[in-house]
Amino acid sequence: MDSIKLHYVVPGDDFTRAGAASGDVKRNLKTLGISPSIIRNVSIAMYEGEINMVIHAGGGVIDVEITETEIIMTLADKGPGIENVELAMSEGFSTAPDNIRSLGFGAGMGLPNIKKYTDEFSIDTKVGEGTTLNLKVYLQ
Amino acid sequence: MTTLFHSVRLDADKCQGCTNCIKRCPTQAIRVRNKKAYIISDRCIDCGECIRVCPHHAKYAVTESFNELLKYKYRVALPAPALYGQFNNLENVDYVLTGLKKMGFDQVTEVSKAAELISSATRVMIESGVLRKPIISSACPAVLRLIRTRFPNLIGNLLPLYTPVDLAATIAREEAKKETGLTDEEIGVFFLTPCPAKRTAVTNPLCYEKSGINGAIAIKDIYPVLVQNMDRLTEPELEPLGDSGIIGVSWAQSGGEAAGLLKERYLAADGIENVINVLEELEDEKLNDLDFIELNCCTGGCVGGVLTVENPYVAKARIQRLRKFMPVSCNSVSDEYDPDNLSWTKELSPSPAMKLADNVVKAMRMMTKLKEIEANLPGLDCGICGAPSCRALAEDIVRGYAEETDCLLHKYKISPTHEDEDWLPLPFRMKVMGDDLNEEKNNEG
Repeated sequence: MDSIKLHYVVPGDDFTRAGAASGDVKRNLKTLGISPSIIRNVSIAMYEGEINMVIHAGGGVIDVEITETEIIMTLADKGPGIENVELAMSEGFSTAPDNIRSLGFGAGMGLPNIKKYTDEFSIDTKVGEGTTLNLKVYLQ
Repeated sequence: MTTLFHSVRLDADKCQGCTNCIKRCPTQAIRVRNKKAYIISDRCIDCGECIRVCPHHAKYAVTESFNELLKYKYRVALPAPALYGQFNNLENVDYVLTGLKKMGFDQVTEVSKAAELISSATRVMIESGVLRKPIISSACPAVLRLIRTRFPNLIGNLLPLYTPVDLAATIAREEAKKETGLTDEEIGVFFLTPCPAKRTAVTNPLCYEKSGINGAIAIKDIYPVLVQNMDRLTEPELEPLGDSGIIGVSWAQSGGEAAGLLKERYLAADGIENVINVLEELEDEKLNDLDFIELNCCTGGCVGGVLTVENPYVAKARIQRLRKFMPVSCNSVSDEYDPDNLSWTKELSPSPAMKLADNVVKAMRMMTKLKEIEANLPGLDCGICGAPSCRALAEDIVRGYAEETDCLLHKYKISPTHEDEDWLPLPFRMKVMGDDLNEEKNNEG
């Protein structure tokens, strides 16, 4: 089956470029004529993940695969890892430092929002080694 | 497919086939083919950016000439509030409005009057909570077209109300019929427009069945004649025609419509690039704490329209001065102008112009091919092929409108990688390429 693969490197220290990857995915999905509500889910989930990489992990890589039935996103970083995943998944919990919060981020909605806007969500994380999010949004 | 009317056109004789317009078009609607610019009708939103940037004045906007007025027994002018910013030392809009009557209009109805009704109706609708927030202003027709072409997901956020000019036309027409007893066909209603997008909306309205406006005359065309008529006016001749206040007149500039809502959680962006950035953020739900978003494609708002005479910042300063002598507002919704009667009569449909194909599977195959082609192109986005970027050329190729050899670098296998020692800046490379070609020819000969 045909699939379209997109690969992005997210720089860790540049807020001005955060959102570039999710923006490009959005443009591609629009060109494909994917329904607007699905594009919205994908771009919100991916943007949150991208911002997380910048805030917490010093960047990372994102791979996106678009197939005829689903959009698969893999967001991998070599950051500090998440100590307590359950806590990180609860709304309002954030470990973002003050300088990040002053930019309007760190509301503690990142991971909960990613889960909310995706059909499949799993998280692989190891303290000191990094975190990988595996996300899927179905096309139907 | 329906033939779309566009007011923005190309004068092929003046076009030099350069890359200025293709680079600046916000919907990538222009290509250079056979040494001339070509506007892709389905994509053009009539914003007028190409008119602004063309150094050869090869792009222009179709608007009505004064001769058009002669077709009607009774002529109505609808001056855009931006018109008031074109005159120096203007302290009373009656000079402008009486001047219009002097030059041959039988009736003058201010668009700023209708704007105050729309402001008032919007306030009622926001309070009622029936609209999806943030509400996006629908007054700029280029923004409306931009949204249906590039941001269809946001159609549901648009304010589903008449634009001030369309409401002004309805009011003016009713008044004219009552006053004269003439039929609709005998009454000509003309908008004095700051931009081509408003002219397009007259022939091709998106949210109504039919526009009540018969034509649009460019502010720049009416300006010289109007100024002469205004200069001859003496104070006793002035007719008390002005019927709007600060809220209505402020619609001429960016932030005016939003300020008229008397809410603090709003954003006003102007200039097409800024508008696009805001729409991107809005689409990603990053601006959900706002009530209202005002967007104007032209820098400064309507005073920045390409059919105006004055620099938008000067025009803004003049309107600021003019407002000093005005009441806050002279019009509000009532039984006569119930918000329900000011609503769109047609749903705004998304435009498929940016999609590769109607079905996703086909589009995916085309996208795979597109990526392959793009990977082989130099990535300089030089525009020499006639497309605004290598990506756009790749897209044109998979759509069947262009060929890989349209890219000269690709055709002559010139690699633009910086590691390559032969790499030269483009103009030098072109020269080298020319020599090679001559040699080839000589060898053949």
